[in-house]
Amino acid sequence: MSRQGNRAGDPRKVNGELFTLTYGALVAQLIKDYENDEQVNKQLDKMGYNMGVRLIEDFLARANTGRCNDFRETADVIAKVAFKMYLGLTPVVSNWSTTGDEFSLLLESNPLTEFVELPPGHANLNYSNLLCGALRGALEMVQMDVDVRFVQDILKGDNITEIRLKFIKRLEDAVPVGED
Amino acid sequence: MADEAVFEFLHTEMVSYIHREVFKDEKDQCISKLEALGFRVGQSLIERFTKECSRFKDELDTMKFLCKDFWGLVYKKQIDNLRTNHQGVYVLQDNKFKFLVQMSTGKQYMESAPKYLAFPCGMIRGALSNLGVNCIVTAEVSAMPALRKADGDVPH
Repeated sequence: MSRQGNRAGDPRKVNGELFTLTYGALVAQLIKDYENDEQVNKQLDKMGYNMGVRLIEDFLARANTGRCNDFRETADVIAKVAFKMYLGLTPVVSNWSTTGDEFSLLLESNPLTEFVELPPGHANLNYSNLLCGALRGALEMVQMDVDVRFVQDILKGDNITEIRLKFIKRLEDAVPVGED
Repeated sequence: MADEAVFEFLHTEMVSYIHREVFKDEKDQCISKLEALGFRVGQSLIERFTKECSRFKDELDTMKFLCKDFWGLVYKKQIDNLRTNHQGVYVLQDNKFKFLVQMSTGKQYMESAPKYLAFPCGMIRGALSNLGVNCIVTAEVSAMPALRKADGDVPH
């Protein structure tokens, strides 16, 4: 007899604890492997980037959102569709710069950091840096060069987690050498 | 709750990170590193999953929990076949193992299958060790989408 009944739920979702704990184990391994937090951040960003590059295809195939006309629309799609679909939460889009090329995603909770406390001596560690990499990678695949970084993090004692996205330029498809 | 795709890509990145960061002569360490990561995750997961469970009657009962509930929570399906020789060896068979169904069938990728099985093996070992069963977990892939998990229990 099954002990807990069938808690299967949505077949496309993985158990949240499994995801959080796996990510935690990975970060712990990185901290063991590297001497300083900057290098750990860099590795997390790199992994996130690789994930983002693939996630965007999954996203475009499943989300049916159509083309975004400006950066504001992109911001909405990221917050309301992408975050909702992949992490099950909807961050608030705010703090637009006057030129409209920079905004923040505000997260009240972060599934990656659910069971986490930063030990002392890791002031420079951006624990969830994977998210930045993933956003950067995914946006690059849709011809947008965007700078993504953490501004505030609940783990470090801030009230809210804030990710800042800055649009740098539109990437043009480079034509391979020898082709017209 | 995170999406399946995110978790799968995270796992793939983890495997490739571990293999990227080692020198040639330490290749066999990769598997044990991944296994150790899985062990840790399995240990914590089982604590949360069995919070409201009654005590397991015996080893077989523990195994059944692993095949039904644990598998159900982690992989959204149950083990397809559980066999045992009643002397401490359990064979768990999953015909559509999540980390392998995406890979092409055929012999070509058989070599890389163990890389993607080390973490799940560690997870099983971690889960069982927290339930008081010390064991060795090995994985075996007979044909790509169908794979077998052999679970050898060290006799007390």
